Amino acid sequence: MRWGVLQFPGSCDERDALHACSLLGEARLVWHEERDLSGIDAVVVPGGFSYGDYLRAGAIARFSPAMEAVAEFAAAGGPVLGICNGFQVLCEAGLLPGALLLNESTRFTCRQLNLIPADGTKSSAYARISSRRPTLSIPAKHGEGRYYAPGEVLDRLEENGQVAYRYVPGQNPNGSARDIAGVRNEARNVVGLMPHPEHAVDPLTGSTDGLKIFEAVAAAGVPA
Amino acid sequence: MTVEVAKHRELGLTDSEFELICEKLGRTPNDVELAMFSLLWSEHCAYKHSRKLLRRLPTEGERVVMGPGENAGAVDIGNGYAIAFKVESHNHPSAVEPFQGAATGVGGILRDVFALGARPIAILDSLRFGELDSLRSRHLLDGAVRGIGHYGNSIGVANVGGEIYFEAPYEHNCLVNAMCIGIAKQDEMVRAAAAGVGNAIVLMGASTGRDGIGGASVLASAELGDGDEAKRPTVQIGDPFEESKVLECCLELLEKGLLVSLQDLGAAGLTSSAGEMASAGGVGIDLDVAKVPLREADMEPFEIMVSESQERMLGVVEPAKVGEVLAVCEKWQTGGAEIGVVTDSGQVRVLQGDEVVGDMPVEALVDGCPLYDLSPAEPDGWIYGNRATLDPGASSEETLLALLASPSVASKRWAFEQYDSVVGSRTVRRPEAADAAVLQIPEAGNAIAVSIDGNGRRVACDPYAGTIEAVLECAQNLACVGAEPLGLTNCLNFGNPEKPAPAWQLDRAVSGLADVCNALGVPVVGGNVSLYNEGPEGPIYPTPVVGMVGELPDPAKVSGSAFIREGDAIALLGPFTPALAGSELAKLRGELGAGLPQPNVAAVSAACTTVREAVRAGKLSSAHDISDGGLACALAECAIAGRIGCSVDVQPLRERGCSPEDALFGEGPGGFLLSGDRETLESFGATTIGEVGGTTVEVAAGDRSFTVSVGTTEGAWLSLPGQIEIRADN
Repeated sequence: MRWGVLQFPGSCDERDALHACSLLGEARLVWHEERDLSGIDAVVVPGGFSYGDYLRAGAIARFSPAMEAVAEFAAAGGPVLGICNGFQVLCEAGLLPGALLLNESTRFTCRQLNLIPADGTKSSAYARISSRRPTLSIPAKHGEGRYYAPGEVLDRLEENGQVAYRYVPGQNPNGSARDIAGVRNEARNVVGLMPHPEHAVDPLTGSTDGLKIFEAVAAAGVPA
Repeated sequence: MTVEVAKHRELGLTDSEFELICEKLGRTPNDVELAMFSLLWSEHCAYKHSRKLLRRLPTEGERVVMGPGENAGAVDIGNGYAIAFKVESHNHPSAVEPFQGAATGVGGILRDVFALGARPIAILDSLRFGELDSLRSRHLLDGAVRGIGHYGNSIGVANVGGEIYFEAPYEHNCLVNAMCIGIAKQDEMVRAAAAGVGNAIVLMGASTGRDGIGGASVLASAELGDGDEAKRPTVQIGDPFEESKVLECCLELLEKGLLVSLQDLGAAGLTSSAGEMASAGGVGIDLDVAKVPLREADMEPFEIMVSESQERMLGVVEPAKVGEVLAVCEKWQTGGAEIGVVTDSGQVRVLQGDEVVGDMPVEALVDGCPLYDLSPAEPDGWIYGNRATLDPGASSEETLLALLASPSVASKRWAFEQYDSVVGSRTVRRPEAADAAVLQIPEAGNAIAVSIDGNGRRVACDPYAGTIEAVLECAQNLACVGAEPLGLTNCLNFGNPEKPAPAWQLDRAVSGLADVCNALGVPVVGGNVSLYNEGPEGPIYPTPVVGMVGELPDPAKVSGSAFIREGDAIALLGPFTPALAGSELAKLRGELGAGLPQPNVAAVSAACTTVREAVRAGKLSSAHDISDGGLACALAECAIAGRIGCSVDVQPLRERGCSPEDALFGEGPGGFLLSGDRETLESFGATTIGEVGGTTVEVAAGDRSFTVSVGTTEGAWLSLPGQIEIRADN
């Protein structure tokens, strides 16, 4: 597996994502001006503050040459993982549904919390079953991570199994609709989430559960 | 008689300093020169009231790679790597505009560290505000915390620790001290000295605007007071995105070997950067202000020279490499302009095109400021106020809960959750997980621990003993995670040094710092002095903030502060004889006064060694130093963190002559609270006082015995958000 990790001016988790990917295969950084993703089997759009998050988080990065290439890569079925700012970029680019708004608290929040892979579960059923499912311990850290989409879109996402990850009840750090922490596209090869799996790949720094998220993404896409 | 104030006085220079400048120039300075002299001869840049005192501090050691005089200090961490670090104040800007003041404080200390060629890996901060029942304090706290988060989070440097105290003397003059830690390959590090006559001076990063003009002289070197709103334009505006780009740009330039030297532009902007680079290199510098990229076209030469616009760096570059340097700047979408040249003239010359608009000897400008002796006088007793908020008749349980809820003791989770503590994949111990933050350094195959401390109230009680305690607290925090100190940095936050009492506090504190550093064998590798911290009611508590960096061989062996195992023995170690003098409880009762017991540094140092070795050998379940709020608060903190109770008897402290109340709530250096196997703990001299288990904190202390549920203590300890946010609505 050869991973490509995008690097924009203002990215700050790209080295950590590169390290996480290197535990699972080969990995290299992809500068935001690159258009050539040949030889790359999976793409990570990493966290940080691309272009300072000026205007709106992810709003400028989506126009970069590298993101044009990522859109083509995704359309061809290639697996793409957007983390935090990367999730915001993918939403801005229209590769994922919904938007990320200012946290309900209006504050940046950094906290280790538990995620539940939410494949195919509706929010009504989810609270009931969540206590029986294994959770993933992953840190979240963001100021604009409140997932929002209109109610009918949320219903459709749930029906299609497009809600990828939810916060364990009571741990939603930002006021996201229906405790949604991450979503995927209809074709299931593009996944975005606010928490940071790349910061959960080392027992010394708290958890190795993040590797499962990278592995799930790699398995979901059709290598280009 | 006219009331017209001479221009030099408006700029903060005394008449005799102005005369000395005229003498050194052999003429009257023009406006450009006067502006530049006024900044470099300010307290902030020239350290004119503190430099003589600072000569007392030990600065050398076998692990020191860079000491005072560089942009930051650095110590050897092994395998060809160094850890660079420094703490710096941004107090007055934060008192005027807390968000930008604190944000640019972080930005400035980051630049100091990457100016050495070190990649910043961690930030810590030490904050002081007035009491939380003041609207001003809540405003300043909220703004400063948001500002620190805004800058550090955006640039992607983990904020791993810090401290916040709330005391009335900081009401009008809050303290915002930020510390940055970076890692560098020693062979890629660079000094600030300009070298190589004919080499180009390249200004990188942001363009230059009118922000922050006079920040160093007007704001940082005088007391705050009425009319501070008019000083708002002297506060700078931070842009972490620009800094992120210029950071990556500079590190790439150094990795490629394209820079001869590098310096950040901080206080006094181009004036101090160019002047100090020339002075350190024993050369001259010509700068052409017409080549400086500007935000506003009509800026005067003096404005360009003194602007404190943020996110700028000054590099010295061999002429043949200028093109390559500018290409790297362009890659990172940051500014790059050749604005001058290194000369052999020994002069700083300011040009505007072909016209010379300023011409001063480097020696006079940078090193010519007179250094003043202080006129210290010990004040008569306690010069600060007292305010009782707790009935002396309160029960032990009520007292414990009041202490845990006291904003200076309570959990600071509200603040540190607003900071990214995990970016960089190094953070092995996050805030509150252990007494010191622990960062793994895979490059060197080991880890570092960092702590920042400085209890101004105790320093106010006794500046000498209190400063020693601040250093010992850092050393104890490091010991709790198995780290051995490598070096320290300090920020001396004091009142007006021209007044006898603050002068005495400063003098005694520096002596204490020198003595304890010598005794511990820990060198001072850098720091900062912030004077004139006063409000209408007088000086702040004298506040030496100490940041210490230590090394530990194996991050997997680090213990935390939480009780973790039912049935573990709880033990005390160290020369701990707590007393109420200067304690949080004395504050709550309104009983503060001058004087502290004198610490036994050698005995504390020996206890640190014992704890460090025990942690490294994996012998402990937990280690926590006994600090604010005394043993009772320390027990509650260990219990809350581990979600498990404890049962102890303070009899061993009674045998040291402590009253039950001293034993429970008294403070003093040298106390470690350990848990683990009883025989193991006693094998290295720890005194068993109880056992981990149950759901209550149960303490036998004669007529002050008490039992309280862990949940109740947790409620008090986590009460800070309510105290901040609810009051903010009023």
